[in-house]
Amino acid sequence: MKYVAPSSVEEATSLLSASPSAQVFAGATDVVPQLRAGRPAPELLVDLKKIEELVSLKSDDNKWTVGAATPTAYLTEDEAFSHEFPGLSEAAGLIGSDQIQNRSSLGGNLCNASPAADSVPAMVVNGVRAVVAGPSGTRVLDVSEVVTGPGQTSLDDDEFIVEFEIDNMPARSGDAYLRMIPRTEMDIAVVGAGARVTLADDGSIEQAALALAAVAPTVIRIPDAEDALVGTTADDATLDAVAAAASEACDPIDDKRGTVAYRKQVAGVLAKRAVLIAIERAEQRNGTN
Amino acid sequence: MAVTEENPGYKWVGTRPIRPDGLEKVTGKARFGADLVLPGMLYGKVVRSPHAHARILSIDTSAAESMEGVKAVITGDDFPDLAANGAHPSDVDVANNTIARDKVLYEGHVVAAVAAITREQAEAAAKAVEVTYEVLPHVLTVDEAMADDAPLLHEGMITKGVDPAPEEPSNIASKILHERGDLEQGFGEADAVVEREFTTKPVHQGYIEPHAAVADSNSDGRANIWCSSQGHFQMRAYTATVLGVSPGTLKVTAAEIGGGFGGKTVIYLEPLAVRPSQRAGRPVKLVMDRDEVFRATGPTSGTRIKVKMGVSKDGKITAAEVWMAYEAGAFAGSPVGAAGMTAIACYDIPNFVVEGYDVVCNKPRVAAYRAPGAPMAAFAVESVLDELARNIEMYAIDIRLANAAVEGTQAAYGPKFPRIGFVETLEAIKDHPNYTTELGPNQGRGVAAGFWFNAGMMSSATVHVNENGTATVVTGSPDIGGSRQSMALMAAEELGIPYESIKPVVADTETVGFNDVTGGSRVTLATGAAVVDACRLIVEDLRARAAKTWDVELDQVEWVDGQAQHVEGAQPPLSLNDLAAKSGRTGGPISANASLNSRGVGAGFSTQLCDVEVDPETGVTRIVRYLTAQDAGRAISPDYVEGQMQGGVVQGIGWALNEEYIHDTEGVMENPSFLDYRMPVASDLPMIDCSIVEVPNPAHPYGVRGVGEVGIVPPMAAVGNAIHDAVNVRMTELPMSPVKVLEALNAHDE
Ligand SMILES: Cc1cc2nc3c(=O)[nH]c(=O)nc-3n(C[C@H](O)[C@H](O)[C@H](O)COP(=O)(O)OP(=O)(O)OC[C@H]3O[C@@H](n4cnc5c(N)ncnc54)[C@H](O)[C@@H]3O)c2cc1C
Repeated sequence: MKYVAPSSVEEATSLLSASPSAQVFAGATDVVPQLRAGRPAPELLVDLKKIEELVSLKSDDNKWTVGAATPTAYLTEDEAFSHEFPGLSEAAGLIGSDQIQNRSSLGGNLCNASPAADSVPAMVVNGVRAVVAGPSGTRVLDVSEVVTGPGQTSLDDDEFIVEFEIDNMPARSGDAYLRMIPRTEMDIAVVGAGARVTLADDGSIEQAALALAAVAPTVIRIPDAEDALVGTTADDATLDAVAAAASEACDPIDDKRGTVAYRKQVAGVLAKRAVLIAIERAEQRNGTN
Repeated sequence: MAVTEENPGYKWVGTRPIRPDGLEKVTGKARFGADLVLPGMLYGKVVRSPHAHARILSIDTSAAESMEGVKAVITGDDFPDLAANGAHPSDVDVANNTIARDKVLYEGHVVAAVAAITREQAEAAAKAVEVTYEVLPHVLTVDEAMADDAPLLHEGMITKGVDPAPEEPSNIASKILHERGDLEQGFGEADAVVEREFTTKPVHQGYIEPHAAVADSNSDGRANIWCSSQGHFQMRAYTATVLGVSPGTLKVTAAEIGGGFGGKTVIYLEPLAVRPSQRAGRPVKLVMDRDEVFRATGPTSGTRIKVKMGVSKDGKITAAEVWMAYEAGAFAGSPVGAAGMTAIACYDIPNFVVEGYDVVCNKPRVAAYRAPGAPMAAFAVESVLDELARNIEMYAIDIRLANAAVEGTQAAYGPKFPRIGFVETLEAIKDHPNYTTELGPNQGRGVAAGFWFNAGMMSSATVHVNENGTATVVTGSPDIGGSRQSMALMAAEELGIPYESIKPVVADTETVGFNDVTGGSRVTLATGAAVVDACRLIVEDLRARAAKTWDVELDQVEWVDGQAQHVEGAQPPLSLNDLAAKSGRTGGPISANASLNSRGVGAGFSTQLCDVEVDPETGVTRIVRYLTAQDAGRAISPDYVEGQMQGGVVQGIGWALNEEYIHDTEGVMENPSFLDYRMPVASDLPMIDCSIVEVPNPAHPYGVRGVGEVGIVPPMAAVGNAIHDAVNVRMTELPMSPVKVLEALNAHDE
């Protein structure tokens, strides 16, 4: 196993193209434990953190740009970012511990392709886009298009994510992410739920996005719950419908971390609670940006 | 601190100085089991069974032996066949658990070991050892193991303790029975009767430091062993047995230890390091990883327990019937015996039957874990008592006060209690502000109590006075809970010199007299008494030397505040420093040894008060507030006493809420990591409030009882009772995980 640390995107893609068994990494908080656990080692490990644009957090008038290898601690510590995207920031802040967050990245969290990845539902509901580099240039994918199954992505072997683009949070909008773990930290989501809402002037819900983690092979959206919310003020009956739709949309497994029945039931509970938090935040961002 | 008998003016005992091992630990200098590196040292790797139950048909080591860097490969055949030699069955079990001979009895059971120049070479060679198995049907729980047609682990196992002895073998190693009075009459007198059945899962001690051993053999057959252990004399005895050598040929040094909780009172690696070291003529190091620790060491038993109890309207327990079956893992020896003795020991009950079974199954052999056996039984009994109290509308504390064992009560397991402090722990709970703190929505409060014997056993200590009047206190009790500080505090009190002038040391098996394991909460009691004895011999010697110096009778000399004083003040005092400096002229070096078989244990009781908050929609239970009151006898080192009290509670909370061994249908453990074996993390817990009760043990010079274990006995019931108080469901299965609590809530709603 060899280690390389290219300093540009082009250098990295050409290294990847040249080596049939190469793997990129950012914080390596998934990669190293996997190697230790006996996963076959690649011939070449490509460290992305020496490429400048991969480790940065920037904003302009329209959007935020987060380098794919940026430690998630940036997202929790940047006041402007966490004020605008409290849900995504909180999701990033749930990954492991302070030590882990000094290394873990959104790119790694997404491309490790665990159904339980915490930042992914929060990215999905915020419509985050991934800028993917490959030998023939870059392409832009919706985050929800990246993961295709447990441990599987739609990226080619010689592609990697350079950065994420996040359009500014519209007025009267808010996001939230909640996860259920039996402990309070250092655990893997049994269920995760991300929500984002935009309110109309009359306070009713104009747009809603809901996504669940750890209840299906990939993070899933819940269109039925989203439809149920739009046009309402999230009254009890609507929230019950949201919970029911969330439970219904789940396709979980029974494993050491939770049962099918438990995951379905709690998916509904968290979806409902995440919506309520997102609404509260949207109300607080009344008319401001 | 709730003090029932005032400290009689101690200067050092009961203070909170800086711990003697602190500096080395915080600077990373302390050497733990895995830290030792010797010149020429080889790295070992153990080959483990992937099957829960299988016959070993053949082991082919030839490929492994021919690999680069490999210096030795060993299998069960490289050790004496103790069964064929007619050894004691328990020794045969120790040997067969260390390395399998004919059959593997659990996933993770050792079948071979290799030693090579590098760790990578050892790992590769371990993979190249070819074992052919005939897989056998397995049993994982007491229910499966006790079923009529269950496959047998040991074809010759005839249940002990049954008269007449059964003719057919079974997986039941033994039966225990305690009875008194007349059950039928007792239940007849009851105004309320509750009967419940409980199950608990195996849980691991969870020490942070994995097992590690380094062995260095000499060509004359002698060997040095360094290991992480709670008792290096015990490790020496076990290792000698498995190797078939005299204990005197082995010198064992206990490394600094990163936790044990009972799990390091047994051997796993030591013989597997010595044998390849003999073969290769080089030192060999073996270190487990966490996965191996889970699959092959510890844990404590999973259980099924049935309890039926009756009370009269005034809260008196009239009868108790307890049936319990404890998993032993692969070899006989679950702690069901202690469970049977402790289950109802807190209470004075006229009529009872306590019946228990020690049951083998295809899981790792259980090892001691803090108050072995008692916590599961207490979970069952204390939950039923909670329900009885509710049925007769009595407070949980008051029903316990109404039945509490006191001095003179005949314990259910036989003896009459001497002075004990159970009632005082109940009162300490009542007196604490937590008892009356208002609860919020979805919050509940639970009470539970626990008993543990505390052990005595054998200890030795040597005290040397150095030439400048400082002292070295040498014992052979590995310090897993702060015993060095307690030894130093007692020695300071006895010698009358500052705590800082005393260096407490844990010596190897050749440097100090025999010591039993650090376990059973016995070290401050028994080793402490040996230290006190040795110090008193020193003081006698010092008085004699002063008398000689002054040319007066011995009774003219007192030892006060670290100096010899003439009773009438006729001579200027001689300090320890003065006497030490002149020791060459008064009889030579000043030192003393003391060895003893403990003169009397002091039972420990703990009562705990737990506040929880249950999320009724997710089943998640959070501990809001927790108070533990425990009778320490005397808290020599209050910091460490509180540490033990809090540690026991925290482990109990883990056991209550999330910890469990999860096996797949093939008997393979599914969660052998701290990620999925969910011990509590710091943020799961509030500060555990402590109320130290001191009802001195008359059999110890300072009144010590021992505090390491009883703290883990009440928590599961305290948490379960609190959950019931919060959301009105009675949890009878451990762990009370979110999944189980939500299931119970769903069932309750229907
Ligand atoms: C103790 C501990 C606790 C944890 N707790 C959590 C938790 O609570 N929640 C959670 O979701 N996760 C958790 N994790 C998992 C892990 O920390 C996260 O998934 C993290 O976000 C991974 O980021 P990384 O940069 O370290 O990924 P890496 O390990 O560097 O990479 C992970 C995978 O993504 C690929 N990859 C990395 N960057 C890119 C890129 N730019 N383009 C394409 N592919 C890429 C790598 O090839 C690899 O397959 C935990 C891990 C540990 C060790």
